[in-house]
Amino acid sequence: MDNAALELRHISKYFGSVAANKDIDLTLKKGEILALLGENGSGKTTLMNMISGIYYPDEGRIFVNGEEAVISSPQDAFRYKIGMVHQHFKLIDIFTAAQNIVLGTGSKGIAHINEEVKEIAEKYGFDIDPKKKIYDMSVSEKQTVEIVKVLYRGADILILDEPTAVLTPQETEKLFAVMRAMKADGKSIIIITHKLNEVMAISDRVAVLRKGEYIGCVDTAKTGPAALTEMMVGEKVTLNIARPAPKLDRPLLEIRDLTVNNDEGSRAIEHLSFFIRGGEILGVAGIAGCGQRELCETIAGLRKAESGAIYHEGESILGLSPRAITARGVAMSFIPEDRLGMGLAPSMSITDNMMLKNYQEHGYSRKEKAPDENSPENAEGKSFKDRADAFFDRHCPFVNRKRARAEAERVISELDIVTPSTETPVRRLSGGNVQKVLLGREILIEPNVLITAYPVRGLDINSSYLIYDILNRQKEAGTGILFIGEDLDVMLALCDKIMVLCHGKMMGVVHADKTSKEQLGLMMAGALDLEEEKGKPMGVAKDSRIGEEQA
Amino acid sequence: MIPLFTSAIEFGAVFLLGCVGEILTEKSGHLNLGIPGIMCVGAAGGCFGVKLCYLASPTPNAFLVVLMGILFAMLFAGALGGIYGVLTVSMRSNQNVTGLACTIFGSGFTAFFLDEAVLTEGMDTNLSQAGLNFFNATIPGIDSLGWFGEIFLGQSALVYLAIVIAVAAAVVLRHTKAGLSLRAVGENPATADAVGINVTRYKYTAIIAGAAIAGLGGITYIMCRLNGLVSSNDGTVIQGIGWLCIALVIFTMWRPALAILGSILFGALYNLRDFINVLPEMRDLIDIIPYAVAILVLIVTSIVGNRETQPPASLGLSYFREDR
Repeated sequence: MDNAALELRHISKYFGSVAANKDIDLTLKKGEILALLGENGSGKTTLMNMISGIYYPDEGRIFVNGEEAVISSPQDAFRYKIGMVHQHFKLIDIFTAAQNIVLGTGSKGIAHINEEVKEIAEKYGFDIDPKKKIYDMSVSEKQTVEIVKVLYRGADILILDEPTAVLTPQETEKLFAVMRAMKADGKSIIIITHKLNEVMAISDRVAVLRKGEYIGCVDTAKTGPAALTEMMVGEKVTLNIARPAPKLDRPLLEIRDLTVNNDEGSRAIEHLSFFIRGGEILGVAGIAGCGQRELCETIAGLRKAESGAIYHEGESILGLSPRAITARGVAMSFIPEDRLGMGLAPSMSITDNMMLKNYQEHGYSRKEKAPDENSPENAEGKSFKDRADAFFDRHCPFVNRKRARAEAERVISELDIVTPSTETPVRRLSGGNVQKVLLGREILIEPNVLITAYPVRGLDINSSYLIYDILNRQKEAGTGILFIGEDLDVMLALCDKIMVLCHGKMMGVVHADKTSKEQLGLMMAGALDLEEEKGKPMGVAKDSRIGEEQA
Repeated sequence: MIPLFTSAIEFGAVFLLGCVGEILTEKSGHLNLGIPGIMCVGAAGGCFGVKLCYLASPTPNAFLVVLMGILFAMLFAGALGGIYGVLTVSMRSNQNVTGLACTIFGSGFTAFFLDEAVLTEGMDTNLSQAGLNFFNATIPGIDSLGWFGEIFLGQSALVYLAIVIAVAAAVVLRHTKAGLSLRAVGENPATADAVGINVTRYKYTAIIAGAAIAGLGGITYIMCRLNGLVSSNDGTVIQGIGWLCIALVIFTMWRPALAILGSILFGALYNLRDFINVLPEMRDLIDIIPYAVAILVLIVTSIVGNRETQPPASLGLSYFREDR
């Protein structure tokens, strides 16, 4: 095949006993954009890392331009003109763009680089300032530096690992324009993505991986989202997310006139009021940085509020320690952009991570907990022995690994987590499985208010549905859920109400079944403010648990 | 005041060499707490090199004595740095533990080695008059230049060598491709690896070169400070100086050029007790000033939070390419 830029034959890679890639054949034609599609943990990134020299395949051969290539280091990959833009940028924060681009190449002085970078930028339509430091850059600028870096090294084969995951729609459009320009210039591109509409928009062909195996490759023009989804998941998935009718309980969590600052000291949230009832899912929509993170942290007790009040079941929880708030049944699972950054200790095992948060409430002491020990009807009639046991349970200095392991096993089987064992360090799991561990642990403590931010971030379709199911089960059990999400379609289908934030200000709360994507989009952009329209404060419950004098 | 400044610069050279050695090492992402021990070993090696010259001939060439002193100081120190490198780079052992082990080993080895190999066979405590003369030779005719000549031009050759090394290190780190690559390795080895920099080679080079430079600091202390009067417990003093060198790295915010000024300041502070009249009990208090200053700088730099004054981002972390 003379028109193949890159050919993989029978590639396999194992991590321990788990096969990340099994017998993969893949061909990239010259001057085409190939989309690599697959669920989380299907081995896309592993496969690409083998092409770019980060990993070395256990079996199989790689051909570049028809000749066999041995790629055992990133240097080798550059020799074969292969460049990869990693999902987590590989940039040195304290260097300028130009310094990052020139790093490791045997080229001339920095002064020359600025010129050459500008040349590349003009050729493909990039927007880049070579003298800007990386830590001053936005995500999209950083990505541009990564791509220019690869092009500067003369790469003919570009691999982009989930490049759109961190971009706004406008930035994505810009990236696609650049990709088309590169393609016109004869570059061959592999793009990894989860988003089917992007696959349809940008690619010439689509290759699908499933659970480390190669499923097939189709021309984009001859396929559609439904067919691709089927290839990806192996079975038809119902595109309807269940939404059980909410029970209209009294508000569990009420936020009144809350104002919070962000890390830089400017306002993250301004005069926000809303409430969550038991048994409902309240979605929070907004573009990145509109204050969702600060809101979550304030409710969980991790961030100081400037003014305002937070009531849980009628009692103020503002100023309580995170542990005290958790003890009241308010749980938070926050999935940050890098997924591992918050809530889990990466090098500790799943069992250890289970214990991290729950050892206090459940007390991993010798004794097994009776199933209904904590239920309200039993609380009164507790014998002295029970109380003593509960006391020792809480204050026993030893932890019960056996029970922690049993809980870890329960979470693993219930949430379908793929892991060699309960003792595997969390950082060895794939992103989706890490998220399941985090959410699973929060649900384990049976919260009555669950705050979950981006629970399906970067997850494949099946895992996402599993998470929606878990949330719905919690909702039916009477938990009030604050769901901070990204995908409007999902929020419209899953949530009962959606609150829209724009620059920390409430744009209004709408019923999910009575609104449209367009309306939400306008509100997120700040073009439509329902609160102003009606002229009355939004988000204050009539049947509040808090009295007038408290408020 | 003139003697204070003169001795501050002279003593500063010891701090400067140890500090620049540690900066180079830390820029590769390795916190080498073995520097105090490495400086001890450098002193022992240097003395041994000088002694070898005297064993060969009773009146050796002065230049040869100095050369052998410097060479063996760097050789011994570099060897211990190499051991640290094998353990932390190739075997990925914990850098703090390994470094502390190197320090304990280095000072113990020095006491033993000075006793058994250097201070024997009628080698008096005075190492060599000829070598010493060369080590401490000054530019002729500077006496006529008054205080300026005495402070700035009257120093030993090793002092100027230290300053040259510091300036060279500053230039290499800031203005060369090798320096850019080295800083990249210390900031984010995975990134450096992905762009084709040989991470392992850079780490070894920086660690061994840094150790060799720090070792020079050890022999500088013996020759300039003690005028060649070696005793077997000099290691203890050098070890203390070594810890200050690591504090100086923080004080100068990982900049070799700033380290020149910082080392003179530390040299002055370290000598202060000999120049001001205080009660003997107060002397210990004066001794802690350099450490207190280092802590102060740490506090200030972390409050200011400027990204440029922070330690290399991957300092203290081992790197393994296939690690996830």
